[in-house]
Formats: sequence, C-alpha cells, structure tokens
Amino acid sequence: MATNEHIVTSFDDELNGLAQKIAEMGGIAEQQVGESVAALSRRDEALAQRVISSDKRMDQLQREIEDDATHMIARRQPMAQDLREIVAAIHIANDLERVGDLAKNTAKRVFAIEGNFAAQRLVGGVEHISEMSLAQLKHILDAYTSRDLDSALAVWKRDDEIDAMYTSLFRELLTYMMEDPRNITFCTHLLFCAKNIERIGDHATNIAETIHYLVTGIPLTDERPKKDESSVTTVEYSDADD
Amino acid sequence: MNDASMSAEMTANLSKSLDFDQAAKPKVVAKDVNVFYGEKQALFDVSIDIVEKSVTAFIGPSGCGKSTFLRCINRMNDTIEGCVVKGGISLDGDDIYAPSLDVVELRARVGMVFQKPNPFPKSIYENVSYGPRIHGLARGKTELDEIVESSLKRAGLWEEVKDRLNEPGTGLSGGQQQRLCIARAIAVSPEVILMDEPCSALDPIATARIEELIDELRANFTIIIVTHSMQQAARVSQRTAFFHLGILVELGATEQIFTNPSDKRTQDYITGRFG
Repeated sequence: MATNEHIVTSFDDELNGLAQKIAEMGGIAEQQVGESVAALSRRDEALAQRVISSDKRMDQLQREIEDDATHMIARRQPMAQDLREIVAAIHIANDLERVGDLAKNTAKRVFAIEGNFAAQRLVGGVEHISEMSLAQLKHILDAYTSRDLDSALAVWKRDDEIDAMYTSLFRELLTYMMEDPRNITFCTHLLFCAKNIERIGDHATNIAETIHYLVTGIPLTDERPKKDESSVTTVEYSDADD
Repeated sequence: MNDASMSAEMTANLSKSLDFDQAAKPKVVAKDVNVFYGEKQALFDVSIDIVEKSVTAFIGPSGCGKSTFLRCINRMNDTIEGCVVKGGISLDGDDIYAPSLDVVELRARVGMVFQKPNPFPKSIYENVSYGPRIHGLARGKTELDEIVESSLKRAGLWEEVKDRLNEPGTGLSGGQQQRLCIARAIAVSPEVILMDEPCSALDPIATARIEELIDELRANFTIIIVTHSMQQAARVSQRTAFFHLGILVELGATEQIFTNPSDKRTQDYITGRFG
C-alpha cells in the first residue's frame, strides 16, 4: 500500500476494500487447499463437501473484485501505483479463483475414490507435495500483503521444488499401477490430485510475477526454472514373463 | 527544494527516463532556464530537449511554472512587466533570446493556441489569412485561398465552414473556434505549436476532435501542450514533463510517466496525493 493518502479519501477506501477482498480470497484458498488434501487422505466426505461449497464464495469474491476494479478504472482513471494496484488485484483474484477450482476438483475426487481400498502409503506423496504448495501459497499471500518483493521472488524461484516433487510422484504412481492393476483407478485420481496441487504452485508463481509488477512497475520476464518433467517421463514395464 | 542532492537526484531521473529516445532529434533545447517575476523566481534551472515532430505534455499543479516555461519558448513573457528570463533556449540551434532575433519572425515559427479560443473579431477567412498575408507567404488571392483551405482542412474545420467563410469567426461554437485558432496557427507554417490548455473550455466531443487533430498534426509539427488533465496528457503525448514548484522534476516517455514514474513527487501528483 502506498504510504500517504489520496486527496479523495473514498479512493483510498476503495483500494483498501479491494485488498481486503483479496485477503479474504487468500484465506479461503489456503483453507480449501489444506482441507481438500486432508479430506483425500482421510476419505472425509463431509470435509470434501465443505471445500466444494466454499468455492461459491470464491467465485463471488472474484466477480466482486472484477466489478470493483472496473468501476474504479472508469470513475477514478487511476495512474501509476494506483493503476498497478488495481490491475494486480484483478490478476491475483483470477489466480486465487483458479486455486479454489483446483482444490474443489481434488475434493470431488474424494467421492470418486470411495470404496477403493488402496494402501494409505499411496496418499503420502500427495500430502507431501500439498504441504509444499500450501507453504508457497501462504508465503505469496504474505508477500502481497506486505508488498515484499524479495519474498515474492523467493516463492517464484522455489516452485521448481514442487515441479521436481511432482515428477517423482508421477513415477511413483505409475510404478504402483504396474505393480497391481487394481491400483489404477485410485492412482489415476491421485495423479490428478497431485497435478492440481502442482498447478496451485504455478498460480503462486503467477502471483509472484504480479507482485513484481505491482512493486517495481516492470513485468518479470525471466524464464522461471522448471523441473516438471512428467510430460516426458516414462516408466519401463519390467515384467519379462509376459 | 533546491539543494544539490535534489538536483543530483533530478538529473538521475531525467537521464534514466530518457534512455528511450536518444536518437530523436531535439527541436527546442532549453538549458538552465531561470525565470523571475520581479523578486519572485518562477523557474529554477530548467533544462529540457523537446523532440521534433512529437507531442510533449507539460503537467504539474497550478503555479508550478509549466505555462511560464511554455511562454518562454515564443518569448510571450517579453510582454510581462518585470519578467526576466535567464539561461538559453534554442530553436534548431538558434538562440531565441539573441538580441538580433526578430521576435515577430520567431512567433511565426513558434505558433500558439490559448486556453480560451480567441478568434479575431473578423470573418473565418480573415482569421486564417491574416498571418500568411502579413508574413508575405502568399503571392496573390489564389494562393491565399489555397492556404486558408488547406489550413482549415488540416484543422478539421473545412467541411463545417466552407460555405460560410465570410461569417464572423466568433459566431462558431467553442470547439469550432478553437479549431479555427489552430487553423490560424498552422496557416503560417510554424515549426512548433505551443498549446496552453487548449481544451479546458471545451466539451468532451470538441476535446476529442482537438486531440485527434493534435495526433494528426504531430506528423508535421513539434507540439508542446500544457494540460491539467492527466488523461489528456496520457492520451495525446509521447513524452511528458512534470513540473513542481518551478523545477522540472521528471521527463520521460508518457507511458512510463503514467504507469511507473521514477520520482515520488510525480507519482504523488498523478495519483492525486498532492495537497
């Protein structure tokens, strides 16, 4: 936030309102991500349902932020920092809404895998990657609140750890599927969940890029280090007897 | 406000923002311009290159010196009692404050459009033909007619007035009068056109017409516009200079000034944080 205030105080109120709505969306997103994975590992359908329901509020907030931002652009003709604040709010709301959708998708799979008795150890990897994504999300929301460019960049750089984790999880789940075809349904759902969570990390880096623009006025154009190699990863089927 | 550190900081901002057009040719070059109204100093060490065939906007709060500086460029300040201009301003390398310079000729090269449309109390035709006639730019009536027609066309007014060229210019609407003043200014083929808040008395449609016109005129003229409308500066100019308390605070590409100004004072002014 800019330190000094506008001559027109209602403009400050509007900008603060926008930041508050982003904060609310951020809070809900964190909760959704955490609860969706908890619901998955515990097969807790009630919790999964809660994640799904809370997505309505996310959609509503995103629409409100878009409306507010449009009205502010039309009425205030914002310049410089103010303009960047508003543009950033639109981008971040969009990313957070997508995070909500991804968490919701994970939660929906809790119902799909009901009755599948695969070993709990299969879920462990997904829990681990979700911890990393959730930490990234939390850090980036803090960086937005404090307009902290350094910690935003740290989040941006750290995403390759999630990518690497996802690639190894991908291999692991393929291996389980080969071991026992009865795992396939469950593992496929888990793989989608892992992908959802990996995408949440990507949205955190998008927000980092938005914060960079917001603070410096310059778009972040460097290529981010990427370690998601799942799209070129194969696992050899090793059963020679067949 | 005027200490060494600030001027060092100012120079840093200027050089930083101007990296973008080092190749552009300067039309008007001002160096260390100081202006005094009697005891009171209105401008402090203003140095700026105005790039040819582009629009430069001067913005800043009332009393910041932007109009004063604009008026230095065609020596309109000469007419103000007690006004002293120090430092150098050149047009294509010619010192416009040189004692040998003919001010009338200078003002033919540097035209001006004012805030309030001020057509002569004469016919539309005479408003436009007066300048070319006294400067001897036309040999005979036919050539003069041609200048009047082409000036009115370039000012986007021809279609509206071609059937009533002998009616008084003062009978036109405000927006039409302002375009008539622009036609009058360009009729003498100036190189630079100074505009001092040319749209502040006009409605949005007339304003849009003038802005469209400015955009067309910059192909052939160097235009400097003083405006209180930040949106107008953002719309019509390629470069923007921000003045505050008689100092040129920041000069840069318009896009950069309005999205990412270097100086906090610029940021505070354009975002409405100035008291």
